[in-house]
Parts: sequence; C-alpha cells; structure tokens
Amino acid sequence: MEAHSSEVFVIGLTVFFLACIIGYYVVWSVTPALHSPLMGVTNAISSVIIVGAILAAGPQGFDTSKIFGLIGVVLASVNIFGGFLVTYRMLSMFKKKTKKTKETE
Amino acid sequence: MSSNMVAILYLISALLFIFALRGLSHPESSRMGNIFGVIGMIIAVFTTLMFKSVLSYYEIGAAILIGGAIGSFIALRIEMTALPQLVAAFHSLVGLAAVFVAAAAFYDPVAFSIGKVGSIKTASLVEMSIGTFIGAITFSGSVLAFGKLQGTISGKPIVFKFQHLINAVIFLLIIFLIILFVINQSPTIFWTIVIVSILLGFLVVIPIGGADMPVVVSMLNSYSGWAACGIGFTLSNNLLIITGALVGASGAILSYIMSKGMNRSIINVVLGGFGGEQDTSASKDNSDKIVKQGNAEDAAYIMKNADSVIIVPGYGMAVAQAQHALREMGDILKKEGIEVRYAIHPVAGRMPGHMNVLLAEANVPYEEVLELDEINHDFPMTEVSFVIGANDVTNPAAKTDESSPIFGMPILDVEKSQSVLFVKRSMATGYSGVDNELFYRDNTTMLFGDAKKMCEDIVKSLSA
Repeated sequence: MEAHSSEVFVIGLTVFFLACIIGYYVVWSVTPALHSPLMGVTNAISSVIIVGAILAAGPQGFDTSKIFGLIGVVLASVNIFGGFLVTYRMLSMFKKKTKKTKETE
Repeated sequence: MSSNMVAILYLISALLFIFALRGLSHPESSRMGNIFGVIGMIIAVFTTLMFKSVLSYYEIGAAILIGGAIGSFIALRIEMTALPQLVAAFHSLVGLAAVFVAAAAFYDPVAFSIGKVGSIKTASLVEMSIGTFIGAITFSGSVLAFGKLQGTISGKPIVFKFQHLINAVIFLLIIFLIILFVINQSPTIFWTIVIVSILLGFLVVIPIGGADMPVVVSMLNSYSGWAACGIGFTLSNNLLIITGALVGASGAILSYIMSKGMNRSIINVVLGGFGGEQDTSASKDNSDKIVKQGNAEDAAYIMKNADSVIIVPGYGMAVAQAQHALREMGDILKKEGIEVRYAIHPVAGRMPGHMNVLLAEANVPYEEVLELDEINHDFPMTEVSFVIGANDVTNPAAKTDESSPIFGMPILDVEKSQSVLFVKRSMATGYSGVDNELFYRDNTTMLFGDAKKMCEDIVKSLSA
C-alpha cells in the first residue's frame, strides 16, 4: 500500500489491459441467444461500484461525502438486485425441448 | 482484516464475475453463472463492510435495503417486452452512482486515502474527473434512450444543423474544464463538468433513431463499465478496474456485433440521423404494383400443407406481444408433423437477444431458435417463411440495390423459400424507410393486421 503513486497506477493499468483481454475472449464465447441476459449480468456486476459508495458512507457522523456515498449505495443496490433478478428471470425461461411429454403421447 | 486478505477476497470476487460471464456460453451453464455473479457481489460487499473505516452499518444496511427493495420490485414486475427500457434505466443508475462516488471521493479524499481536501493527488483528480465525465454521459444518455424506448420521447432521430460540431466543441470544453479542475480543485468546476457531461450525453443520443437502439443500449452498457473503471483507478481498486473492463469490453463487442448486423460502422450509427423520411423521393414508386392479400384462413391453409416453416420474428412481434399466440401456432403445426423453426436476425428487436428472450418466455425451446448464420442456407429447402413484425431484415434490396441505404446488410433469405407470409399492420416501410420489393412478389401473401390477433386467428383456423 506504501507504493509510489505512479507505481500503483501502472499496476492498475496492467490489471486493466489484462482484464480487457479476458473480457474480449469471454464475451465472444457468449452465445448470441443469451445477449440480453449478458446485458443483465454486466449491468448487475458493474454496480460493484457500490464498494466505493460504501467506503464513502462508512465514517460515522454526517457530511456531504457520506450523503453522496449513501445515495451511491442506494442506486447501486437497485441495480444489483434488479440486474441479477431480471437475469434470473430471463435465464429460467430458456428451456430445452421437453422430450418426456412426447414419449407419453 | 489485512490489506492482503482484502486483495485476495476482491480477487475471488473478480474471478467469480468472469465465471458469471463465461457461464453464458450455453443456456445450461448460464443459471450457475448468474449464481457465481451473486456470490461474487456478496463477497465484494461484505469484504468492504469489514474495513476499519466503515462503521455506519445501520445507514449502509438501510440504503442497501431501500435500493434492493426497489430493484427487486421492478425486476419482478417488469414485462419481458419492456426489457430494453429496463436495461437502459439500470445503466443510467450505474452512471449516476459513479458520479456520486466520484463526488464523495472529492469531498472526503481522506476516506479513500487519495490526499486531503484541496490537495488531492493529481493522478487521482484526473481519474476522478474522467470517471465523473463518463458516468454523467452514461446517466443522461441512458435516460434519453429509456425515453425513446418507452415511447415518452419520439423514437425518430432528431437532427439539427452543426450538431456534430456542437458536440465536438462541448467535448473540448470538458477537457478544458478537467485541466482546470486538476489545477485548482474547485467544487464549482467539478459540478460544471457534471452538468456539461450530462448535456453531452443527451446530445449524443438525440440523433439516433429507434431501431438503432440495440447499438445505443450496448454502447451505454460499455460506458457504464468504463465509468466503473475510472472510479476503480481513482480508488486504486483492482476489483472495480477488472469488473469495469469486463463490462466495457462486453458492451463494446455487442455494439460491434449489432453494427455489423446492419452493415454500418459504429461511427455511422453514433453520428445518427439514419431512418426517417428524408429520401422517399429516391425510392421507386410502387403504388401501381399488385399486392396479394390474404387472411388467417389462407395462411393456415398454406402452412398446413407445408413440410417446413421458418418463422422470422421482429420488433412488431414484441410490440403486439404476439409471442405466446405465435408459439401456440407453432405447436399446432408441429403436431401436424411440420418442421417449425425460428430465425433470428442479429438486430431484430430493440436490444441484443431481445427476440430470443421473448420466444423463451413463450416456452419455445431454444433448440428451435436459430441465428442468421445457422439457418440462412435452409431457406431454399423451406416451403413457408412466416415473417411477423419484421421488414428490413428480409429485404432483398440489401443484396441487389447498391443505392439502397441498407445495401450490404446481412438479411434472412426468406425470398428463397417457396412462399412467404408477411404479417404486417400496413404497407408502411420499415425503419430504414426503404420499400420492400418482396411484398409484390407472386409467392408472397400479405396478412394485414395486428400480429397477435393474426396468430390467434390462424390458430383458430388450424384447429377448426
């Protein structure tokens, strides 16, 4: 943590580019039929920004920064719950052919 | 908790997010993927709550409960046809949250260990203002996209003189403001950056028309990721950087796929103004050509006597909520021993994968739903193509007419099947404003009416 600030930035940049490359390959492997759920999931996980909001809302007492933090927590929570739930709803609809009903006929 | 422990837990959380996306490579593994995502988020939130500086558990808990209740309520109540609006609305919240986090960091830099008020590190200021800028654009752009998708604002592209020049000037102004902000760290300038960025977000989306929305929604998805990245750099938080990059890459790839589905560059879509009625004079006058009209009974008769039917759904199906009636029609045909499949064009609907979700909602097994590349070579062997609420994506002019605005766009070759049934409300042109010559062919039968009503009538005729 005591690293020089430019060093921290370079580490961040390294992580950033490697993550972009992982994202590139992972997303291309997503089947086009699931592109809507993909937007739902990415929407939910991008709300990991809640981490920053919690840090801002963390200290005791009330100041401007804390209020902003709490608003951030509310907004990000809407997305996290909403994003994951709507994705769950979408994914639970994707079903295989039900072969059993055909056999019983 | 030691900082190493925190870093490891954040790493686990980031890996789980990667698995969440990886799971979407197949419907079978996708549900597990979503659960990975949830676990990753829980780890991220609880790890952060364990920080020494985080003490106000009640307030944070209450904020999570309020947000969570609102989010859950909306997600459980929303109609699947309104999905594109919902996603746009959610994107706007990510953008806004990014702005608030950046503002919080600016007002209390000590809490984020990026310096003291009035003497925040230069690098942090740059990262903070870039995060704010992207967040604010995501916010206002998504709000406008939401309005257009919901129908509150006209879906028509709004173009005016010097539009792009104005946007460029505003962009330069923002860069200038950021430099000023880094130098004097004034709150006034911070909020000016926010306001001007919000304005730019509106202006960027305003010229883009309704059917180009899949690209816009994907692009805003991408922006929301980059905004998270910007905040991640500000806080030197690898989890935010990784997640932001994943989301950013995802949105960018989706935008690319969507633009390619229309044979247009992303730049061309972003510059906007496409579709609308500006070049009707250029299109040939087809008023004297004969159109063969049919009714539900004709359609039922044609399909009943076929061996294979390919259904091509488009945005019109979503508008009419016709997916359930359509599936019922497909079921009856299948019982008659007819092969029924669905062909999905990449840009059908208002968001990537929109049609797939609607068909899944109507209980169509996903094996019967095929992408353009998978099914296009089957049209010549198919007896009936049943086009419902789609138009431009079947227009052969995209292959033959070089002067057509949609020339070069990949289309579904319905013209190669023995006969084509078109369910449409009227003879009106599609989004591109181009007439479809397919309507006038001998083997085409037009079925005018509401898509849902038409499917229900066909079902009645089939079961009679």
